[in-house]
Amino acid sequence: MKQFLAFVRKEFAHVIRDRKTLLILFGMPVVQILIFGFALTNEVKNTSILIVDHAKDVASQQLITKIEASQYFEVQRSILSPQEINKAFQEGVVKVAVVFPVGFNESLKHENSASVQLLADASDPNTATTLTNYLGAIIEDFQSANNELNETPYNISTETRMLYNPQLQGAHNFVPGVMALVLMLVCVMMTAVSIVREKETGTMEILLVSPFKPLLVIVSKAIPYLLLSLINVISILLLSVFVLDLPVKGSIILLFAESILFIITCLTMGIFISVKTSSQQVAMLISLMGMLLPTILFSGFMFPIENMPVALQIFSNVVPAKWFYIIVKSIMIKGMGFGGIWKESLILCLITLFLLVVSLKSFKIRLS
Amino acid sequence: MRTIRFLLQKEFRQIFRNRSILAMVMVMPIVQLLILPLAADYEIKNINLAVVDEDHSPYSQKLISKITSSGYFRLTGFENNYNEAFRLIEQEKADIVLQIPPHFESTLVRENRSALFVAVNAINGTKASLGGSYLSAIIRNFNGEIRVQLMQPGRFSRVEQVETPTRFWFNPFLNYHMYMVPGILAILVTMIGGFLSALNIVKEKEVGTIEQINVTPIHKHHFILGKLIPFWVLGNIVFIIGLGVSWLVYGIVPQGNIALLFAFVAVYLLAVLGQGLLVSTLCETQQQAMFIMFFFMMVFILMGGLFTSVDSMPDWARVVVRFNPVSYLIDVMRMVILKGSNFGDVRQKMTIIAGFAIVLNTLAILNYRKRS
Repeated sequence: MKQFLAFVRKEFAHVIRDRKTLLILFGMPVVQILIFGFALTNEVKNTSILIVDHAKDVASQQLITKIEASQYFEVQRSILSPQEINKAFQEGVVKVAVVFPVGFNESLKHENSASVQLLADASDPNTATTLTNYLGAIIEDFQSANNELNETPYNISTETRMLYNPQLQGAHNFVPGVMALVLMLVCVMMTAVSIVREKETGTMEILLVSPFKPLLVIVSKAIPYLLLSLINVISILLLSVFVLDLPVKGSIILLFAESILFIITCLTMGIFISVKTSSQQVAMLISLMGMLLPTILFSGFMFPIENMPVALQIFSNVVPAKWFYIIVKSIMIKGMGFGGIWKESLILCLITLFLLVVSLKSFKIRLS
Repeated sequence: MRTIRFLLQKEFRQIFRNRSILAMVMVMPIVQLLILPLAADYEIKNINLAVVDEDHSPYSQKLISKITSSGYFRLTGFENNYNEAFRLIEQEKADIVLQIPPHFESTLVRENRSALFVAVNAINGTKASLGGSYLSAIIRNFNGEIRVQLMQPGRFSRVEQVETPTRFWFNPFLNYHMYMVPGILAILVTMIGGFLSALNIVKEKEVGTIEQINVTPIHKHHFILGKLIPFWVLGNIVFIIGLGVSWLVYGIVPQGNIALLFAFVAVYLLAVLGQGLLVSTLCETQQQAMFIMFFFMMVFILMGGLFTSVDSMPDWARVVVRFNPVSYLIDVMRMVILKGSNFGDVRQKMTIIAGFAIVLNTLAILNYRKRS
C-alpha cells in the first residue's frame, strides 16, 4: 500500500508539473460552457435582408417598415436590379431578399390579391427555411392588420407551449454533453498518452523491472486523472447552476456516483488504447478520431441521433458517452431517480468490464 | 536553398516512415466525409407527433393528413386526451403534441375563428423550434386553403390576400449535405494541418533530436520552412482527396473557380501550419502541444459557423470570430463551392488570412530558440 501511494504521488507530480496542460484542463470546461451558453444559438436573428421595391407605394412601405421593426432582420439596402441580388448572395452578406412587383398596392386594393416574391440563399437550408417562415409570418401579420376593419375570416390560431424549457435555452441540452466531452478528453486522452509516453521515452522499462506489480503501475497512473475529472465535474455543475441557472433536479449524490462510473469507463478506455499503441502520436490520433469524434457525434447532444441512418444509430449504442448523456439529462433536467436509469448504468458497467478484460488480456509485462 | 532541400528530404522520409500516421492522413478524410455529413444532419425530419383529435371532423382529418404527408412528421400516437399524449412526451416517444379541440370545425365555420393547441418537448431547442415552426407553417397553409375554399376567390373576395411565392437559390431542394460537406472539408484540412505541425517540433524536442539540429548551422527560418512545406503538401493532398470524395459521393462540384479555391486553401494552410508550429515551439511535451492545439481547434470549430450561424451570435462573440481563421475558410468554401463567388467576393477574406499567415509564421520563427 505504501508503495502504491508513492507511485500515485509520482504521477501527481507529473501532472502538476505541467502547468500549461493543467491550465487548459481546467479552463476547457469553463470556455466550453461559455461558448455553448452564450455564443451558440440556433435562433436566427440580425439577418441582413435585401429589399427590391419596384412598387414604391404605400403598401410596400408599410410592409418594409414591418420587416425593419422585427428583431430578425436588418434591412441592408434597397436596390432595383434583380441581377444585384445574385451578386449580394455571392458576397455572402445577405441571406434573403424580398421583391415587390410594380403596382403592389394597386393590385392589393383593387384585385384584393397581390404577390411578394421571397428569394432565399439556400446554401444554408435550415436558415433559409427559418427565414422564409419568419417572413411568411410577418406578411401574414401585415395582411390581418390591413383587414382589421373587416377581419380575416376563418382564422385558425395556434397556441404553442414549450414544455420543460420554455425559453428554448440550449443549456438543457449541452451541459450534459459538455460533461461527457470533458470527462472523455481528460480520462481517455490524458491517460493513454501519459502511459504511452513512458513507453516512448523508455522509462516504462524501469517501472516494469521494479518489484512493484505492473498492473498497479497502470492503476496508479489512472488515479490522478480520476481526481482531476471529479474537480471538472464539480466546476461544470457550479457553472451551470450559478451562471446558466440550470438547477440539478435529481439527487446530486446519484449524479456523482454515475459520473464516477463514467470516469472509470473512460479510464479503462484510455488504458486499453495505451496497451495497444506504442507511440504518443498514434495514441493521440486514435483517442482523438476514435473516441472524441464519436462522442461529439453520437452522444446526441449536438446532432439528433434519430436523424441518422440506421447503421449509425445502431453504432451509437456502443459509444459510452451516449449512455452517460442520457443519464445526466435524466437526473439533472427531468429529476429521475435510479429506477429510471438503471438500464443505462448497467450498459456502462458492461462496457467497462469488457474493456478491462480485453486490456488485461493484451497487457504485456515485457517490452517488445 | 540546398539546406532546405536536405531538410525537406529528412522530413518527408520521416513522414513516409511512419505508416500509421500516413494511413490516418489519407484514410481519415475519406471516412469522415462519408460519416460526418450523414451524422451531422440538422435537417429536421422524422419529428414524432402525437395527435389528440377531439373533433373527428373532416377538417381535423384533413389537417392531420396534411401534416403527415409533409414528410417532416411521423405520427406516433393517436390519443384520446392530452394527458395520455403527454405521457408519450415523457417517455420520449413523441416530440410534439397537437391537440384539436372539440367542435374545431363548427366553430371555425360559424364563429370565423378557432384555436389549436400545440405542446412541444423543448429540451432540445433546435428540434423544438424548427419542429414548432414547421407545424405552424403547415397549419397556416391549411388555413389558407380552407379560407380559399370557403370564400370567393380573387377580385370578388372582400379580403386582401398577399401571396408569397418563395424561391430557394443555390440549393433548390434544400439538401443539407450541400451545406455541410464544404464546411466539414474545411475542418478536415484544418485538423490535419494543425495537429501534425503542432506535434512535430515538440516531438524532436522530446526525443532529443532537436539538439542535433540546433548545433548545425541551419538558419531558424530554414528550419521552420523545412517543417512547413511537407505539411503544406500533405494538407493540399488531403484537400484534393476531400474534393474528390465530395464530388464522387455527394455530387458536389464547385460552382466557382477551382483555382481560386486552391489558392485560398494554399494561403490558409500557411496560417494554420504557422499556428501549429508556434504552439510547437512553445511547448515541451507532445501531450501539452496536443492539448493546447485541441483547445484552440475546439473553440475555432465551434465558433466557426459550421453548425450555427455567426450572424446570430452576440456582439462579443462576433468580435472573437473575426480572429478565427477557420470561420473564414468555412465561409469561402461555401461561397465558392455552392454559390460560385469570384475573387472579388473573397478578396477581403484572403487578405486577412494572408495577414494571419505572416504574423503566425514570423512569431514561430522568432520563438524557435536554438539554445535552451
